Amino acid sequence: MTTVATDRPAEMNCAVNHGMRFPKGVVVPVLLIALAEAAFRLAGFRSDSIAPPSVVAVDLYRGLLDGQILEATRTTLVAAFSGLLIGGLLGLTMGVLRATFRRLDQLLEVTTETIRPIPSIAILPVAILIFGFGYSLEISLVSLSCIFTTFILTRAAVLGVDRRMLEVGLVLRLNLWDRMRKLILPAAFPRIFVAFRWATSLSLIVAVTTEIAANPIGLGSAMMMAQQSLNPGLTVAYLVWIGFVGWLLNFLLIKVQRRYFARFSTSALDEK
Amino acid sequence: MLKQAPTQPVKDREMLMSSAVKVKPTDPAPKKLIELSGVSVTLGGRTILTDVDLDIADGEILCVVGGSGTGKTTLLRAIAGLVPASKGAIAVAGEPVRAPRQDVAVVFQDYGKALLPWRTAYANVALALEANKTPRKERKEIIHGLLDKVGLGGHSEKYPSELSGGMQQRLQIARCLAQRPSVLLMDEPFGALDAMTRQDLQDEMLRIAATGDMTIFFVTHDLEEAVYLGDRVIGLAPDPGRIGITVDVDLPRPRNQLTTREDGTFLQRRRELFDFIQETEK
Repeated sequence: MTTVATDRPAEMNCAVNHGMRFPKGVVVPVLLIALAEAAFRLAGFRSDSIAPPSVVAVDLYRGLLDGQILEATRTTLVAAFSGLLIGGLLGLTMGVLRATFRRLDQLLEVTTETIRPIPSIAILPVAILIFGFGYSLEISLVSLSCIFTTFILTRAAVLGVDRRMLEVGLVLRLNLWDRMRKLILPAAFPRIFVAFRWATSLSLIVAVTTEIAANPIGLGSAMMMAQQSLNPGLTVAYLVWIGFVGWLLNFLLIKVQRRYFARFSTSALDEK
Repeated sequence: MLKQAPTQPVKDREMLMSSAVKVKPTDPAPKKLIELSGVSVTLGGRTILTDVDLDIADGEILCVVGGSGTGKTTLLRAIAGLVPASKGAIAVAGEPVRAPRQDVAVVFQDYGKALLPWRTAYANVALALEANKTPRKERKEIIHGLLDKVGLGGHSEKYPSELSGGMQQRLQIARCLAQRPSVLLMDEPFGALDAMTRQDLQDEMLRIAATGDMTIFFVTHDLEEAVYLGDRVIGLAPDPGRIGITVDVDLPRPRNQLTTREDGTFLQRRRELFDFIQETEK
């Protein structure tokens, strides 16, 4: 017999190495922050439009402590995730169906290709007329943007399933539903998860944009209020926090991906 | 029935005529299990196979050889019901083949793509049982039995990526056996394996075929493998693919990797096929 090939995911080894090494990537941002702080202090610079990092840090700390940042975060995430859920499920269904049934794909192609290029945020004025302000406005815009991202990537993922896998299903005489459930979707799942990750970051972008542009709720709106009350420290604190939330979401999803999809064909996992 | 390419030397033809069809020495009148009459396959406007007449007896091991592009795999896929015959008729156990059948299993060459990487060895075999609606309670015993049979008894909880190439192919064979097939269609199943593993698997396949009373249609481009395994070897000629030669392998069973391969008849049969392939590739 030949030897057993142990096919450990490569990232496991990388993770170990990363833990041992000095994080070089942190040097530049830390240095820049220190420089900015030094510039403010040495020059005695005062401004209504820019705040030194120390002020931003204090405002962020206060905002977190009194709960206003967390409350706004909850609102934004509820809207973003609801939209992600609705849009993601619709996009997933549409992607799977259109990859499976060629006729349907052809039938809907012109319609979707016409709507798809419209930036979902451009629909905001129309959406305000329909939904007014509040959750429903934001959720509808987020879902719209997520539908197409999820749809396109899911369709590609399902079409990308190896022909051999489909033949295994045919030869074993699995019915269409079982082929879908047991072969095609699991085989496409790592790529579909990548679609989900993209849609998640998009949902946060669209939610915050909607809030900044019009909707008086959530993080975007709170940031605008801080800006309008000429509080640069808090404005930038919100910006830093939004960045952190986005980073955290992506970090968690990559963790999930590595933890659960290492078994799936590794070539389907991108490390973005 | 013997068919030969017109280019075949006359002495070979005489020799072939003299060798009787020995499918199973113990079985005086083997019944036909697979019948192809006048089968042509056209795909995308191109004729891949033309006018194939072929009967395969119950329990026979038939090997198919031929250069690339002679339609070996297409012939297998037609019998499997994966591609339709554009002319002629294919029947298995007397019934026309229109779609894949439960009693016909296919072993693909690329086991890496045919196995489900997210399922353990156990669950990969289970897939076939789920497909043919075997009651849940009976599955465990069947699966462990099959994994033992192909020598993967201790590996039931491993994922395909944790198994070597040879073990993955054994696993695919186990999954095919779970279908309880009477016909095993094998498409260059050992082509990607190293020589030692290939020989192990050849012998195991013969053992499984003998105990399971199975009919095997075995596509390979390895002439020695074809002669070693087969009761009969057909060679396909190209453009379009058709049966160019039929060689009966009158070698005793059980076969042995050393003595069979040194046998004069073995070498002679291999030579006939070699000459045929040489001739068709000119």
